[in-house]
This record gives sequence, C-alpha cells and structure tokens, in this order.
Amino acid sequence: MSLKTHQLLKNKKKNILELWMKNQLADEGLREDLISNDELRSQSEELITALVGNLSSENFTNFDADEWSPVIEILGGIAITRARQGFSPRETGNFVFSLKEAILEVLQQEITNDPTVLFQESLKVNRIMDSLSVVTFETFIKGREEVILRQTDEITEISTPVIRVWDGILALPIIGTLDSARTQIVMENLLQEIVETGSSIAILDISGVPAVDSLVAQHLIKTVSATRLMGAECIISGIRPEIAQTVVHLGIDLSNIITKATLASALAYSFKVMRLEVKKIGTISKF
Amino acid sequence: MDKIPILRMGAFLLVTIQVDLYDRLALNLEADLVQMVNKTNAKGVLIDISAVSIVDSFMGRIIGNIASMSKILDAETVVVGMQPAVAITLIELGLPLKGVHTSLDMEKGMNLLKSMIDETEEDADEDQTADDFIAE
Repeated sequence: MSLKTHQLLKNKKKNILELWMKNQLADEGLREDLISNDELRSQSEELITALVGNLSSENFTNFDADEWSPVIEILGGIAITRARQGFSPRETGNFVFSLKEAILEVLQQEITNDPTVLFQESLKVNRIMDSLSVVTFETFIKGREEVILRQTDEITEISTPVIRVWDGILALPIIGTLDSARTQIVMENLLQEIVETGSSIAILDISGVPAVDSLVAQHLIKTVSATRLMGAECIISGIRPEIAQTVVHLGIDLSNIITKATLASALAYSFKVMRLEVKKIGTISKF
Repeated sequence: MDKIPILRMGAFLLVTIQVDLYDRLALNLEADLVQMVNKTNAKGVLIDISAVSIVDSFMGRIIGNIASMSKILDAETVVVGMQPAVAITLIELGLPLKGVHTSLDMEKGMNLLKSMIDETEEDADEDQTADDFIAE
C-alpha cells in the first residue's frame, strides 16, 4: 500500500506545491517584509522536489535512512536562514505544518474509496512530517544560538578597549559587570598593551561597573597586582560614593591600591608621577 | 651542567634568564647570586625574565627568596620584562611577589635601581650631616 502513497505523492507533486503555496500565502502570519513570494516559492519547490524525489517504499516509514539526509540538509538550510532573518518560531514551524496540510489534503482527494487505507497512510505521512518539524526546530534554535553566541563574542570584544591617553599612560574603561571570564580578558588585553606600548601607568576606570562585591573587588586587586608584576603602576578611578560605601562595608582592603574618584584626577596623578605638567599658555583665549 | 651567568655592571648585578628554569638550576642561581652579592658588595640586582614563558609556584618562591636575601645583604632586587602570561600565572597562584620591585624593561629597571640607590645615599648623607651637626 505504501508503494502507492509515495508514487501518488510523486505524481501529485505539482498539486501539493500549489496547495502548499496557497496555504502559506493564506496564512495571516506571512512575512512579506522578510521574504518575497518568489523566494518563498523557490524554497518550497526545492524542498518538495527533494522530498518526493527521495521517497521510496523502503524509507517511507524509516526516517533514519540515508535518503533523508538531502531533505534534512535543505530544510536545515531554510531554518537557519529564517532564524537569521528574524522569523519567529511559529512562522518557521508553519512552513512545515502547512506542507503537511497540503499532503494530507491531496491524500484525502486521491484515496476516496477506503477510509482504512487513508487513515494508515495519513498516519505515516504525519510521522514523517513530524520528524521534519523536529529537524526544523532543532536547526532553527541552533541558528538562533549561533546569533546569540556571536553577539556575546562581539560584546566581550568591544567592551574592553585599551586606550592610550598619553605617551606611557593607558586607560581602560570597564563597562558592565566584571566576572571571572571578563577579568581574564581585561587583564590579558591590558598586560599585552602595556608590553606593546611600554607604558608605565595604567588607569582602570570603573565608572561603568554597576556594582562592586567582594568577588569583583578581588578581580580588580588581581588585575592591579598583575600590572604591578609587569613593572607598571595601576590606578583605579571612577569610584562612585555608593561603591566606596559597599567596599568599606564589605571590609575589602584597597589600601595598597591607588584609587581616584575620577579619570581626570587619575590622569593628573599620572602626570605628577611622570613629572609632566599641563599649563595654560598665553593670556587671550576664547574659552 | 647548565649555569646562569651573573654579570657585574658597576654596583649592580645582571642576571638574564634565557632558559626555562628547572628546580635545581633555580636553587643554584639563588646560591650563586647571594654569594656574588656578598663578594662584590653589589647595591642592586637586576633579573631579566623576558625570555621565561613558564613559571610555577617554586619559581615564584625562588624569586621572592632572592629578593629577601639580597635585601638582608643591602641590595635591592628588580625583576624586569615579565611576560603577561607569567604575570597572570603568578597572580592566579597567589604570588604577588611582595617586596620585589618590577620594571617593564632593562632600561627602566636600571633607572629605578639608580634612583633607589640615590635615595638611600642621600638619606645616608643627611644622616651624616645631622651627626656632624650634633658633633659640633
């Protein structure tokens, strides 16, 4: 009997495609802003060609068969593109579910004489299409996770810039919460930059750090000690009153670390250490 | 048997470590260096570890020991050219090398030593004048 079904699907490929397209276009959630109708049609056609082209009586009930891999590949590709384009899970799911609807409808039209056969064949089609949906969702979520991972990488990459504020003075503004992984990156970047520029003073500005607990403080102390080991001096600046309060309440000892309230005062201190002086020149000034 | 050369330059001793230190070599260096400080009456020790890429806690302790021993013999120790990875390792091992002076490169280390020795000599001079004054 199953021989009949896959033959039937092969013969009725055009019908199924038309029905499927109709279903998809009738769907309220159709995203014409994200994908054009032509593109949708070509995607659908590619998938359905692969699907019916690879169907045979042996693999019709066995989803693990090798013949399914091209179909899975195409479907995975579509799901990943959709994840990147910003389709919602429901819209991506509907793509496969509407195909199931179309196939079932064609089956219903063709097998009219025997309800038992229709039921059995529908069950098989259901099983196959459910497996395809699972594949779609798996790849869709994988695509989403890739996007998130890339964003995380980008955030860590751009969030720790080492700025050369003066010859021999580096500044590193830290924005966001400091955890172990970020401290590691901050430390590595800073030390590397110290070696490359031969700077003797590094200013760690923590005005963008929302809260300092004992763990964060420990990370800061580590960074300062490592800088000191390299032979450079490290100043912590941008300490807000609330942070000063928490640090003292937690009993964290920052007495061996040079701390300044603002980046400006840290810079002024660095100038003093390097025996530099900034002064106003001339008497006429617009400012 | 490998030996790390200790060079004398004026009032300072220069040690450039260019091989990975294994335990026995480090212990020998410690002994040799202290002997040398005593013999030459050096005022400062410069240890260049820019070529060292691997450290362990033992290495860290040896460097700390050398600094403390030299200090007792009235010589300051400056460690120069530490690699970032080495610095991070020492911190993670909980060895911030307290009492050891550090510098980015040989030149800065030399200047640091000079300034430290100038300071101590000035102090000595001041003590001298104060003594003279009292004597008068």
